[in-house]
Amino acid sequence: MIDYSSLIPSHVQDIKPSGIRKFFDLVSSNPRAISLTVGEPDFVTPWHIRMAGIESLEKGKTYYTANAGMVELREEIARYLDRRFQVKYDPQKEIIVTVGGSEAIDITFRALLEPGDEVIIPLPAFVCYEPLARMAGGTPVIIETKEENNFKLTADELRAAITPKTKLLVMPYPNNPTGAIMTREDLTAIEQVLRGTNILILSDEIYAELTYGREHCSCAAVPGLAERTILASGFSKAYAMTGWRMGYLCAPRPIAAQMLKLHQFGIMSAPTTAQFAAIEAMRNGDDDVAMMRAEYNRRRRYLTSGLRALGMPCFEPEGAFYAFPNVSGFGLSSEEFCERLLTEYDVAIVPGGAFGACGEGFARISYAYSVEHISKALDRMEAFVKELRK
Amino acid sequence: MNEVLKLLEDNARLSADQLAMMLGKESGEIRDMIEKYEQDRVILGYKAIIDWDKTDKESVTALIEVKITPQRDRGFDRVAEKIYNYPEVESLYLMSGGFDLAVMIEGKTMKEVAYFVAMKLAPIEDVISTATHFVLRKYKDKGVVYGAGPVDERGQVL
Repeated sequence: MIDYSSLIPSHVQDIKPSGIRKFFDLVSSNPRAISLTVGEPDFVTPWHIRMAGIESLEKGKTYYTANAGMVELREEIARYLDRRFQVKYDPQKEIIVTVGGSEAIDITFRALLEPGDEVIIPLPAFVCYEPLARMAGGTPVIIETKEENNFKLTADELRAAITPKTKLLVMPYPNNPTGAIMTREDLTAIEQVLRGTNILILSDEIYAELTYGREHCSCAAVPGLAERTILASGFSKAYAMTGWRMGYLCAPRPIAAQMLKLHQFGIMSAPTTAQFAAIEAMRNGDDDVAMMRAEYNRRRRYLTSGLRALGMPCFEPEGAFYAFPNVSGFGLSSEEFCERLLTEYDVAIVPGGAFGACGEGFARISYAYSVEHISKALDRMEAFVKELRK
Repeated sequence: MNEVLKLLEDNARLSADQLAMMLGKESGEIRDMIEKYEQDRVILGYKAIIDWDKTDKESVTALIEVKITPQRDRGFDRVAEKIYNYPEVESLYLMSGGFDLAVMIEGKTMKEVAYFVAMKLAPIEDVISTATHFVLRKYKDKGVVYGAGPVDERGQVL
């Protein structure tokens, strides 16, 4: 008998499985549950984009592409970033098409980190940064962002976290799970802290298209940050293309050249069919994005005003498609709150602790659902909250 | 505000309270707005979209192309009125191209539709000719696809 566990290196064994697994099993086993847990668009990829993928298959476009992705796609990405966010990258040397934004994050860590390097990660945030940074040999340094700061990263918090070992700062904005954004002014304050250092930024801007009331400001659009920014983004959230696994990263030329080696040997090239669909998305998808953004915005207003009407404090989410209400006022931990809401009232939302210890006291509620669906869930939540207040 | 109209066109069951929450407005403001739209006949009515094939009601829909002679001064309006006043007529459009009026009509049977064309529509003065096309199957109507609805296939991923 092979003792498999003795074969798995400890740094892999030590990765904690997502703490939320158990909770999700509970959700899946409750057929009555109204779920507001999902972190992907409810829209199907727009038909013209799907057609572009289908047509590419019909024409037999089934070969590898260039390692960095089709040049037509990289050119579209460059044009898109310039058009939407006034960010300029050279499609020949500074853009790599990746398998989702996740790969972009992974190869950024692997290309940049070595043992001893510290990576600053503001939390609450999506769950992948810490394990991936560790796998690449880095040491995560957590900043706990605060509700009273609208879950933004502040200059003071950043200054306090920087050491001579700091290599990289992760900027997960617009933020999953909080819905926080960083404005140009916020980023300018960050720039002042970083000025004169060699600290690089991994800016995960996968939700860039989903901001409400104001346009997203990219780290790469801020003078002084642009030259230290690696921009990771993709098609999943903006174009409702999660399953296509289409992401990209943009980086200064010398870094992109190194990353391309990791991508080349680990991946070869991103899926060809999906690249054809992505070209169509960027050429003719602006209206789809605007339509979906407007719909998310209505649901956002609906959900947050509904939560506040229940007496649940909810900071104003300005990006992504989540609300992050404060549930600490009911005398329950957020995990207990969510478990009881699920088992007693059949509504599933995600305990904030899943996104970092500082998420405790909060819950993530996705509004990638129809208003009718959200409305039903709010009715049940109202009953639960009344019960708790008795 | 056109957004209210667009939202109601998509889902007429949204209440003024819900619309207000979605748009960040006061309920009263939305209620007044809708009332005004109704008074001005911008909003003409609210109806459900029903797949009658899933019920035991027999029905048949036909599109009838009608060519007519326009009347002095009144153009097509007088003839159109004579046609749309029949309750069987679901919709009536003035068309460009090879014919003048498109009449959508619903009846219980093909015979009933044929009877309407022969006895009511064709004899109208100024109607030159008609061509009746029966609908064999509705795939999509008013932006809604017939058949099974969408299923949420999203899994629990984090």
